Amino acid sequence: MATSEQVHVHPAPTGFLRKYIFSLDHKVIGLQYYFLALFSVFLGMGLSLLMRIHLVWPEAHLPIFGDIKPETYLALLTMHGTFMVFFVLTTAPQGGFGNYMLPIQIGAPDMAFPVLNMLSFWTTFLALVVMVAAFFVTGGAPLHGWTGYAPLSALQSSGPGEGLGADLWITSIALFCVASMMGALNFITTTLDLRARGMSLMRMPLTTWTWFVTAILGLLAFGVLLAAGILLLLDRNAGTSFFVPGGLVLSGQIINHKGGSPLLWQHLFWFFGHPEVYIAILPGMGVCSQLLSTFSRKPIFGYKAMVYAVLAIGVLGFLVWGHHMFMSGMSPYSAFAFSYMTMAIGVPSAIKTFNWLGTIWKGKVRLTTPMLYAIGFVSLFVSGGLSGPFLAQPSLDIPLHDTYFVVAHFHLIMGVAAIFGIFAATYYWFPKMFGRMMNDGLGKIHFFLTFIGTYAIFMPMHYLGLAGHPRRYSQLTEVSYLHGLMPLQHFITIAAFITIGAQLLFLVNLFWSMFKGPKAPINPWEATTLEWTVPSPPPHDNFGGKTPVVYHGPYEYSVPGAPQDFVMQNDPKQYGEGTAH
Amino acid sequence: MGLVLLVVIWLITLVSSYFFYAHTWWLPHAASAAAPAIDRQFDLTFVLMGIVFLAAQLGLGLFVWRYRDRGQKAHFSHGNNTLEFTWTTLTAILFLGLVMASNRIWAEQRFTPPQPGAIQVEATGLQFAWYFRYPGPDGQYGRTKPELEDASVGNAVGIDDADPAAKDDVVSGVMVLPVNRQVDLTLRSQDVIHSLFIPAMRFKQDAVPGLMIHMHFTPTQVGDYEIACAELCGLGHYKMHAVLKVVSEPDFAKWLAEREAEKQ
Repeated sequence: MATSEQVHVHPAPTGFLRKYIFSLDHKVIGLQYYFLALFSVFLGMGLSLLMRIHLVWPEAHLPIFGDIKPETYLALLTMHGTFMVFFVLTTAPQGGFGNYMLPIQIGAPDMAFPVLNMLSFWTTFLALVVMVAAFFVTGGAPLHGWTGYAPLSALQSSGPGEGLGADLWITSIALFCVASMMGALNFITTTLDLRARGMSLMRMPLTTWTWFVTAILGLLAFGVLLAAGILLLLDRNAGTSFFVPGGLVLSGQIINHKGGSPLLWQHLFWFFGHPEVYIAILPGMGVCSQLLSTFSRKPIFGYKAMVYAVLAIGVLGFLVWGHHMFMSGMSPYSAFAFSYMTMAIGVPSAIKTFNWLGTIWKGKVRLTTPMLYAIGFVSLFVSGGLSGPFLAQPSLDIPLHDTYFVVAHFHLIMGVAAIFGIFAATYYWFPKMFGRMMNDGLGKIHFFLTFIGTYAIFMPMHYLGLAGHPRRYSQLTEVSYLHGLMPLQHFITIAAFITIGAQLLFLVNLFWSMFKGPKAPINPWEATTLEWTVPSPPPHDNFGGKTPVVYHGPYEYSVPGAPQDFVMQNDPKQYGEGTAH
Repeated sequence: MGLVLLVVIWLITLVSSYFFYAHTWWLPHAASAAAPAIDRQFDLTFVLMGIVFLAAQLGLGLFVWRYRDRGQKAHFSHGNNTLEFTWTTLTAILFLGLVMASNRIWAEQRFTPPQPGAIQVEATGLQFAWYFRYPGPDGQYGRTKPELEDASVGNAVGIDDADPAAKDDVVSGVMVLPVNRQVDLTLRSQDVIHSLFIPAMRFKQDAVPGLMIHMHFTPTQVGDYEIACAELCGLGHYKMHAVLKVVSEPDFAKWLAEREAEKQ
């Protein structure tokens, strides 16, 4: 194993361009990812607000935007999902916080491949530019949803937005895949090769574990999506028929394809798409574990079980993709295998939840803003997780598939739970990243509004789904049983207005604190991991040329005999931590 | 702060649970032979997951309040292997038991061929309508050709009249079925993927271009039921709906005979 001393150390850059734009420093790249995600999340949220407005006031003329036609609604829906899944949930937790914190948490001066890291960010940036461009071309953004099911996505004539807009959409995602694989390679190599002396795998913080496993998932999953995306581009532009069968008639025109399989796209897409769910949520689980331990002043309950659960989720995550396809025309026999695997993945998820509750139990809980978000994460993870066993049963998926019940499920668990992980990480690591503290009072108001608002938006969607409300309907006027559900839809839209409005508090707090917040000490939360041993913000090479040596596990809080209620990982003294197991 | 958090978590939990418990919004009225088993499994899952939901959320709220920082000393513990083993085993039994029970229902519906005497219907989805074809007295669907598909001349399905088996085929925009008789349904699509969703029948199946998908179900109550499209199929997805009319056996025979007569 190469130790961090052996890896080349690049000197601190001096020019603006090399320091802030084409930087090789993992911390700057982490911030670049974070701000890219911040831009995308507000864009994605804006799109969702337009959708909510259109659903309940379909006749509304919006300033600047004008009318929302059915195809506009579907374009909003497609782009909302795409921005959120790729450019927010994949980008902020991993590319943002993972990039910034992983090297410091394992005692490394930088990522293993700094140039690759820079390249990975700028490819992601290019992907974002291409994706945004899809709004502005003739026909606008595609309407095929973030899952891009063929043949809707494979035929230029299947609807507005399926021309150049769809090509840009696929190109952007292909670029994103390449960027993510570059990032994943870097994370994996860094974790395996650059750990400081004493930082054994089983002493790594759970955040590092989740970034590491997420990187492995990304490396394996994004390659498949990249391949699928290229095949789809060929189908659309080169006359191939990977996903388009023969004999199709679209708008009176016979389509000149034959022999392709629409289900092949779904298999390839979900082979990526399900691991992607864990790519979005695993880092949040890591952050939640780290914060619950820190702010409960207790070691994480069942560290080993937590590590094994993350690994189990990683492995099983690749064996469950078919649960998206129970109604797809796939063999009904394979539904058996996928349903068992899907239920099995609930077990490590439950283990994690129990261990989180076990960590708080008999703790000394400091309810800071980051801790509130970690607790909110647990609550949302439970709520979103428990609708999983419904959808995992093929026979219950019959009434629920493609209804708002599914929308509620994945928004709670991979959407807002992961967002709560990002918020928790932001409030927690902001002092380290910017050297200043965020406003705690404003943070708490932001938490309660967001927490209640989130439930007000997504809980009622379960009820809509139960009543048979299909998703992706731009107008609710045609199918008669939807009329009775309009009051719920109104309620959700109002809740969305308030919740999205509350996010302005976060923006204000973020930018105000960046420049005006009180100066942060090195270790404001009295936490134990290595990032809290270096200045805030850390110097260019993180540890000032001195590689740390690690003597303790990551969560040694309230150790009997220790002078304080936390033992830093690099504290050379031994206390009584081996006594309790 | 601990108390505020407890109150908020508990309120959210109890209010959300109330609407589930009160069935304020619930599965629509069930009217097919398969529905009772599905609904029972639904109720079972709801009760079990509901208990876990209440226990976890109320426990979370309680813990953060009970163990809030009041200057006490935190209990030093790295965990408990017996507990880990216990909750892992219990969760595994709960989840796998649930899916085992559920998959029996799935197998009964999807691993069995249609009953002899089931009425044959073919459902074809296209942007943005459903068409239902009955094979007529000969029990054979006539040949279809993509180049003949043209709704403006009344042949959206593309039936080739040169085929003798096509002569008695009846195509309808409404799905009419006799009560208490199984329907042997063939699903097709002409363009993109659609999904035939009949909430009251607890029925949903994608119609995939290039595939002929066979499904069966048995309506058990006379009435009109809405059919919606459940797979995003383009800009008119929201308006792609139809009606299922379940009628008595004599009414069905009369309806089919009238359509046959119109056709001749």
